[in-house]
Amino acid sequence: MNIESLNAQLLENQELTPDTDADQYLSFEMAGEEYGIDILTVQEIRGWEQTTSIPNSPDYIKGVMNLRGTIVPVLDLRSKFGLPSVAYTPVTVVIILTIEQDNTNKTIGIVVDAVSDVYAIDNIQLKVPPSLEQNKNRQYIKGLAQVDESTLILLNLNQVL
Amino acid sequence: MSIDLSQFFEVFYEESFEGLDVMEAGLLELQPGECETETINTIFRAAHSIKGGSGTFGFTSVTEFTHVVETLLDQIRDGRRALTQTHIDLLLQSVDCLRDMLQALKAGEEPDSEQASLLKLQFDTILAGSLNLPKNGATEPTNEPTEETETGSVTGWLINFIPGKDILKTGNEPLYLIQELAALGELSVDIDLSAVGNLTEIEPEDCYFKWQFSLKSDCKREAITEIFEWIEDECEIDITQLSLNRNLPQPDLLAESEQTELINHPADISDKLSPAEVSTVSDNLTETDKASTSVKPKVTKPTESGSIRVGIEKVDSLINMVGELVITQAMLTQLSEGEFDDAKLASLKAGLAQLAHNTRDLQESVMRIRMLPISSVFSRFPRLVRDTSKKLNKQIELKLLGEHTELDKTLMEKISDPMVHLVRNAMDHGLEPADERIAAGKNETGKITLNAYHQGGNIVIEIIDDGRGLNTQKIRQKAIINGLINESDELTDEQLNMLIFEPGFSTADAVSDLSGRGVGMDVVRRNIQALNGTVELASTPGEGSIFTIRLPLTLAILDGQLARVGEHIYIIPLVNIIESLQINAQHISNLGGELDILRLREDYIPIVRLYDVFSHQPSTQNLTDGLLVVVENENEKVGIFVDELLSQQQVVIKSLEANYFKVDGISGATILGDGTVSLILDIAGVVKLSGLSARHHAMLATQAELAQA
Repeated sequence: MNIESLNAQLLENQELTPDTDADQYLSFEMAGEEYGIDILTVQEIRGWEQTTSIPNSPDYIKGVMNLRGTIVPVLDLRSKFGLPSVAYTPVTVVIILTIEQDNTNKTIGIVVDAVSDVYAIDNIQLKVPPSLEQNKNRQYIKGLAQVDESTLILLNLNQVL
Repeated sequence: MSIDLSQFFEVFYEESFEGLDVMEAGLLELQPGECETETINTIFRAAHSIKGGSGTFGFTSVTEFTHVVETLLDQIRDGRRALTQTHIDLLLQSVDCLRDMLQALKAGEEPDSEQASLLKLQFDTILAGSLNLPKNGATEPTNEPTEETETGSVTGWLINFIPGKDILKTGNEPLYLIQELAALGELSVDIDLSAVGNLTEIEPEDCYFKWQFSLKSDCKREAITEIFEWIEDECEIDITQLSLNRNLPQPDLLAESEQTELINHPADISDKLSPAEVSTVSDNLTETDKASTSVKPKVTKPTESGSIRVGIEKVDSLINMVGELVITQAMLTQLSEGEFDDAKLASLKAGLAQLAHNTRDLQESVMRIRMLPISSVFSRFPRLVRDTSKKLNKQIELKLLGEHTELDKTLMEKISDPMVHLVRNAMDHGLEPADERIAAGKNETGKITLNAYHQGGNIVIEIIDDGRGLNTQKIRQKAIINGLINESDELTDEQLNMLIFEPGFSTADAVSDLSGRGVGMDVVRRNIQALNGTVELASTPGEGSIFTIRLPLTLAILDGQLARVGEHIYIIPLVNIIESLQINAQHISNLGGELDILRLREDYIPIVRLYDVFSHQPSTQNLTDGLLVVVENENEKVGIFVDELLSQQQVVIKSLEANYFKVDGISGATILGDGTVSLILDIAGVVKLSGLSARHHAMLATQAELAQA
């Protein structure tokens, strides 16, 4: 799927008012796993482009980019979650989303391997296995959901900066 | 009249607040006993406009209060009453009271009448006191409505209405007025036609009539004045109360109008007490008044967008520039028509240069519009110092320097509170009581100086006192008690002094209501830092302290020098740069292993390697292969080592914090011509980050001494 059609689909999905309790999630891939984020927090999807690095910032901060005049920090989610890093390819995408950080809304970009699909997931389907409590990234994980035989890790990226 | 007056409210408030400022400034100039006619006139005029405006908009509480103030001012102006300190104090309190009232009205609340009526009582006491000069000749007719209480015996009003000749030309129709009057009660109208001359001679557009109305109604006087409000200035109008019991005074004799004042208000105070007692009463009132105001917490109003007054010449120059911009644009459009050839290329280049020039000029003028002289901040201090010196029982002289220094309006609004805090602190803690000062061999009057000036791209504001200076030992002990430092820590006096900016630090033995709660100084520093500014402190025991606030002039655009370090491009603010040079290896010496020093003419300049500070991979580590940008930081020269210098350009400052955090050594970000982001260096931050501390500077000093020996 190319980025333009993804953005079009994104817009369409955001405009649809869900008739059930189900929330829409945008799913993306990283290191063979599939993750999902609330589609309402997603602003747009862009291809990877070179960023300006910020001196003395943590490794997972790739730098800042120009989003139509706004300075937006970009972070590598693999690096943030302690996954092995890979070289960026033409399918590497940056998802621009709004998060809440220290009680203010911030716009950030996250680098992920590839964007896959949009799913509607009922909140009842969300499960939090007890083993997850030990995970160091626990605060960003909303829960797990089963979609078509595979498991989707739903994220909540507030305070991720 | 169904004009929506609310659209003018904003202007009214603005003008009234300005008027109050004028009154305050004037009152502070006045000295008891003296009678500066011009100053008093200015104060009077300001009060009169406020009264007029509030009357028009129906803010009766303000009108009534201002009227009393005006009466006293009028008597002083005419020399019928000698000005005393009590008068000045009372008038100043009235200014405060009016300000509160107007602020309440502005916020859509009902103004607090308690304070006003307390002050009014004092005015009445003073006004009831005998005039110190004979009352002869003081017979000016007053059109001001004198206040009368509705005694119940009122049966109606006699109104003499003599319109000006031009009243019809200005679109006023007396018939409507009469209709409105008739709506108030039973109205009988007598018309005086004596002024109507020969029909062949009269001007058809002039008004020759005079009316006398007698209105049987128990309506209030305001109801009538309201009807005539719009034509007040164009006619003579005389409203007399008809009553069963007594004939009310003609309001044109001052002595009698005073009488009415007496009737209206609790007369027993002035009647029963001798003048001496009167003054004690007013003192008591002052006390209670103070108490009541200090109990009520002042509600801080949320900041609003506000407006700005701009000199006409600034706007003119702006329009001029826009005109030029349009011309340039037209020229460029013309060039784009038809075939393009080499000849056109030259004119295109010239046109673009012109465009760049125009844009720059335009931008500068737009920025200038936001710049206002700092005197609007300074002007609040004379009052503050006056009041505080009284409270503290210290004699304090305030000196203002550099009042014309211009500063961005936004900054101005935000710097005022921290400054107030610092000045209060200087008065409370800095300046000693008179006896202590005399014992120390100083003038018993303490001195506070406020100084503002431009330095580079900064505005510097100094708050200087000639008090006792900071007690470093006490600060040290306190810091140890508060756990800010350890007993064993060795700190220089400067470092110790800076501790007062730490949260939760206060050395005042007694907490006064002025300062000393220990919440202040860290807030002051935080507020100033939020404006990208710094605050420093220099103190000499026994001689005084200097607080220096440094602020950027504006917050939006800066001239930048692009510099490359490895693959990274940074922007160094041009105002910081003194010069850029290639390093001569012979002039470099290495101190203590890590620090390189360049000898440049008379100076020894420490070198900060930007790649080191920012942990970047540079193109070169060899000092002679790169370039050194000599910058000034807090009066010290520092060399910043970069790989290469690129172009210079103006950049629009974008916030990095909006979506990220404050980054040490970076003041903001901008977007370059090719759309990429570049970060702007914060020189002070870079130097701090490099660890170029006082120790290094000390080593530099030694080096310089050695070289000289």
